[in-house]
Amino acid sequence: MRFALEEIHDDFAASLESLLTKSDMPAVIRAWNDGDTEPGRAVWHNLADTGVNGLTIAEDHGGMGADAIFLTVASEKLGRHGVPGPVAETLAVAPALLAEVAPEKLEPLAEGSLATVAAPPSTPYAVDAEAADTVLRVDESAAGAGAAVALADAGAAHESVDRARRLCETTATQPLGTADAAALAHAHDLGALATAAQLQGLGGAMLDAAVAYAKQRKQFGRAIGSQQAVKHEISETTIAVDMARPLLHAAAMAVRDGSPTARRDVSAAKVACTDAAYRASRVALQVHGAIGYTLEHDLSLLLTKTRALVTAWGTPAVHRGRIMEAL
Amino acid sequence: MDLEFDAETVAFRDEVRAFLRENVPASPLPSLDTAEGFEAHRAWERTLADAQLSVVAWPHEYGGREATLQQWVIFEEEYYRAGAPGRVSQNGIFLLAPTLFEHANAEQLDRIMPRMARADDVWAQAWSEPEAGSDLASLRSTATRVEGGWLLNGQKTWSSRAAFADWGFGLFRSNPEAERKHAGITYFMFDLRSTGVTVRPIDQLDGEPGFAELFLQDVFVPDDPADRGSSGVIGEVDNGWRVAMSTASNERGLSLRAPGRFLATTDRLLELWRAQTEAGVVDENDTALRDRVVDAWIGSRAYELSTWATVTRLEAGGKLGAESSINKVFWSEWDVATHETALDLLGPAAEVMGPWQDGYLFSLSGPIYAGTNEIQKNVIAERLLGLPKADR
Repeated sequence: MRFALEEIHDDFAASLESLLTKSDMPAVIRAWNDGDTEPGRAVWHNLADTGVNGLTIAEDHGGMGADAIFLTVASEKLGRHGVPGPVAETLAVAPALLAEVAPEKLEPLAEGSLATVAAPPSTPYAVDAEAADTVLRVDESAAGAGAAVALADAGAAHESVDRARRLCETTATQPLGTADAAALAHAHDLGALATAAQLQGLGGAMLDAAVAYAKQRKQFGRAIGSQQAVKHEISETTIAVDMARPLLHAAAMAVRDGSPTARRDVSAAKVACTDAAYRASRVALQVHGAIGYTLEHDLSLLLTKTRALVTAWGTPAVHRGRIMEAL
Repeated sequence: MDLEFDAETVAFRDEVRAFLRENVPASPLPSLDTAEGFEAHRAWERTLADAQLSVVAWPHEYGGREATLQQWVIFEEEYYRAGAPGRVSQNGIFLLAPTLFEHANAEQLDRIMPRMARADDVWAQAWSEPEAGSDLASLRSTATRVEGGWLLNGQKTWSSRAAFADWGFGLFRSNPEAERKHAGITYFMFDLRSTGVTVRPIDQLDGEPGFAELFLQDVFVPDDPADRGSSGVIGEVDNGWRVAMSTASNERGLSLRAPGRFLATTDRLLELWRAQTEAGVVDENDTALRDRVVDAWIGSRAYELSTWATVTRLEAGGKLGAESSINKVFWSEWDVATHETALDLLGPAAEVMGPWQDGYLFSLSGPIYAGTNEIQKNVIAERLLGLPKADR
């Protein structure tokens, strides 16, 4: 028994942390929010150089052939820095679907092109389809019989509660093939796992921001973080974020091992990471006060993304239902 | 990264499981907070000790088997899954023993530990005082140096197990001249049956005297080992605060509380959900209730996994520090919420006393004992996150 990330995971995380810290992500996200995706694409290009984009793609197709733990480690870092664009879709869902129906399309993904996926009804829109190089649409056949996967065109776009996400309607244009029920479930699980990891990163980042601000901001002649009411909100959030992490790692391990409990474990991670990150978003906003409620402050970039991801790749209700079914 | 156990650990699990299957009493023992139940639980501790299972993590010479941290967690898991009796010796083996192993001398260990392992001595803690609860260092009970020993005076309260226990341990002010309130305190062990000790049991919320008030009037703690049974001073005189705090977040104590108890409760909760939905008492489409059951499972799973993460860290040489406060708040809040969910699943029968109701009443003490959750959250904020101290 050794329940901890290995050194190789930590090293990979550290290299992503270093890359993203140097990338002035707040400016990149703001540009993306205003429709200028060029700086964001440059970041994605750098990420592809580290192997992030091809993590879950087999080596035969130009990827890293890495396991779900690497996927989780990378997604958490991308979440922590609020990397814009279809993260779970590019890193996890599209590679899983294409490996089933059109493996020849994997290589460009590994090299850094962006992919997005609509899978109605649970994922009705393709996020950032206008910015993506590949748009997939998944239409389930009769329940449990798998799904038709097709290339799609981006249609009308809706604004998301997160200004960095554009939610696009899709129309299938070119059928690619059929993913069976197991492959479809696996793609959804990877999407939920990558989203859970992003949320864990977001939760950690907002918690850190709350702690830093509580130490620095003074009122009534002392740091607001010396107030017990503030401390307790922050401590409770720390507990939630800390207790979600082992569920995330166990889910990644179960997916890696093809465990029969993988689905259940991914759902547990998604629920726990969602609850913790959402709580962190509320507490961070409250600790910052009015400055946190401005677009000018960087907290805004993470806060609304958190709310958007709460329901991405399976709502909390869906995942809780799935857990009860498994139990 | 894996959750597989090696062959030795698996063999240990099998042995523990087989022992418990054969030896756990078929019907529950009477409550350990009654005179009859206390003795029944003491007898059970001896059954465990005969199989070298009462204190698995201790050294062989004191009745243990030097179990690894993994094995200890597994023991606890099996113990609770088997529905085995509550540990009447808990205060001694989880709170006092870690301190003794770190600070007692060899003579004290030889004298005290084997008796603790067999529950020949059952220990009660004597921390709180009427005016010293969360602010423990403001304690007023005194220890005065006299010819051949010490005299203890004062009042202790909320002393768990003291109604029937044999020995007590706690802190006493030995140097009234000390400038700081944390200084000049000494850690004592004393005989609850000796002259000058008055024990007044206090009925708890569940109706039983789980703790007591202690009135100490010139209670003599002798220096001579030949006279003193299990009594004496732990560590240096006037250094008791540091002695007590050094093991406050001990890895095998209440801080790294093994997840076994909560996993067993979760199993029972899931059984209850199935039974109540099948019986039509609870609508299986009631997602509000369903989600609470699911969240109880998620919480116990998170706690279990987080324990394995901590065990991994400790095995690699890490220390358990203030993060043990995260555990304490988490499990105590989880325990209350899970029992509330069970009562709500019971519907109109929730009021009728039974095991869930007993467990519920017990769970209500969790956020209070072993350091209130408010104090724990201050510890998390100040020691783990570095937030500034409040004016106290």
